Amino acid sequence: MSALAFSLREAPPERLDLSPLTPGRLTGLTLPEIERLPVGTTRLGVRVGDVFTVTAGNAGDIRLLGGSARLDNVGRGLAAGRITVEGDVGQRLGFAMAGGEIVVTGAAGPFAASGARGGTVRIGGDADERAGGAVHGAMAGLDGATLIIGGRAGPRLGDRMRRGLILVRGAAGDHAGARMIAGTILAPAVGRHPGIGMRRGTILTSRHGGLLPTFVETGRHDLVFLRLLRRTLDALAPDFADLVPATVRRFAGDLATLGKGEILLPADA
Amino acid sequence: MPDLSLNGIALDDTFAEAFGMAATAVVVTADTARWAGIAAATMTGFATSVIGCGAEAGIDRPVAAAETPDGRPGVRVLLFGFDQKGLAGQLTRRLGQCVLTSPGSACYAGTEGRTRLKMGANLRYFADGHQVAKRLGGRRYWRLPVMDGEFVCEHDTGLVEGAVGGGNLLLLGRNQPGTLAVAEIAAEAARGVPDVILPFPGGIVRSGSKVGSRYKGVIASTNDAYCPSLKGRPGSALAPEVGAVLEIVIDGLSAGAVQASMRAALHAAVAAGPAHGLLRVTAGNYGGKLGKFHFHLRDLLR
Repeated sequence: MSALAFSLREAPPERLDLSPLTPGRLTGLTLPEIERLPVGTTRLGVRVGDVFTVTAGNAGDIRLLGGSARLDNVGRGLAAGRITVEGDVGQRLGFAMAGGEIVVTGAAGPFAASGARGGTVRIGGDADERAGGAVHGAMAGLDGATLIIGGRAGPRLGDRMRRGLILVRGAAGDHAGARMIAGTILAPAVGRHPGIGMRRGTILTSRHGGLLPTFVETGRHDLVFLRLLRRTLDALAPDFADLVPATVRRFAGDLATLGKGEILLPADA
Repeated sequence: MPDLSLNGIALDDTFAEAFGMAATAVVVTADTARWAGIAAATMTGFATSVIGCGAEAGIDRPVAAAETPDGRPGVRVLLFGFDQKGLAGQLTRRLGQCVLTSPGSACYAGTEGRTRLKMGANLRYFADGHQVAKRLGGRRYWRLPVMDGEFVCEHDTGLVEGAVGGGNLLLLGRNQPGTLAVAEIAAEAARGVPDVILPFPGGIVRSGSKVGSRYKGVIASTNDAYCPSLKGRPGSALAPEVGAVLEIVIDGLSAGAVQASMRAALHAAVAAGPAHGLLRVTAGNYGGKLGKFHFHLRDLLR
């Protein structure tokens, strides 16, 4: 059975809340029922059928054809199944998801994978600020899921993330891993002050902006844990495995807080 | 009772009586195969019998670097205990004293299983607050700062249901050197089967025991029926020409593994037997009253 497809007919007239479009909420609904689901965020009362042409199919495999930065909450609370977006999405992609897979070919707005406890989010393009970061007032950002960003990441990547893995192919902005509770961030480059306020967690990078004075160098190490990480990446995202060096220069911090976190650089950096 | 034979060697039509045990497996790695071996050998030391050692343990097989979680050479170790609680205690102690202490070592689960036995979950406290956990690929690892870097240990490993301890063969030969040569060959063959260990020295027991003793408080005593120096007495099971008896003891993660291992040992023993004066093969049992697993020699013939 082919995918349940939503083709965007034109640019949305307002920000859309696409949280109803998950396998868990669409299974068992008829096509007219799906088309009547409210997705608008203003008094206009926009419904699915007003902006999308829906093609019936397997609700466990949802495809959004044509993206927009106004498509918010894509895959919110996803528990299982797959959502594919051909294009861009707005903020809070995969918010609080627990499982399954979300693939976006374009770029994502702020707070991608925030509060995501399980599953995998793959963003082909760039991710805006606080990807894997906590929304305002939340206890944790990424919380166990895997977030893979093909392009660049904005500032405060993984802000207050609690567990899980963030992989960035391009550079990440300033304050990557800010306030990290735990987890792992892998990016070839990060901006200024990575790991500010981090308690635990690992930021593995090759280039960085100014480092805070509350990170202390612990020397060069051949960490067994990095071998485990490389094995994990071999299975998950083989093109990232080369970003894990055999020997690293390690900075421990942020000593202004718990200080059990680390910034790892290639030993020759 | 010797009414069976294989390669001209008489076999008693009897059975080895074995018991259900709680078991687990771990994979110990290190920078080199040598140091993985040292850690594993230390961890499995003084582990011949649950009665006196708290656990029966041994090395199942070396694990190639390509197959270990961290891509370093490793060794798979099997541990057997009376019950889950006793096994869990032995696992923590042996990991803590023998693997944690071994240079460059790391330790991972060697078996899956719904019931989990703590490894890093207990050892982490050694790090006195400096420990950190890492969850990768659905598995949780602990990183403990130690003096040569970090000790990495998986959070827990699985409990194996249906493990069997005490599969055995008794090899009766004309003299001690020849019987030992046959026993060594049989032990080597038995060890070649996956998922089994031979917990005794070199896989061979020379002091087979019976249950009970004439002395108060001694729960096992020498198997006098098979001691050649006690031949000629009413209780002896030995014919006049038998000069030495050695036993092979096998623990396995399943009854199938123990049986396969016993079969390999038996066939290797009888193949080498005529040249070294092997006279008879039998097996130890308690009349079938104590152990739930009966491995009949008759079933091992082919």
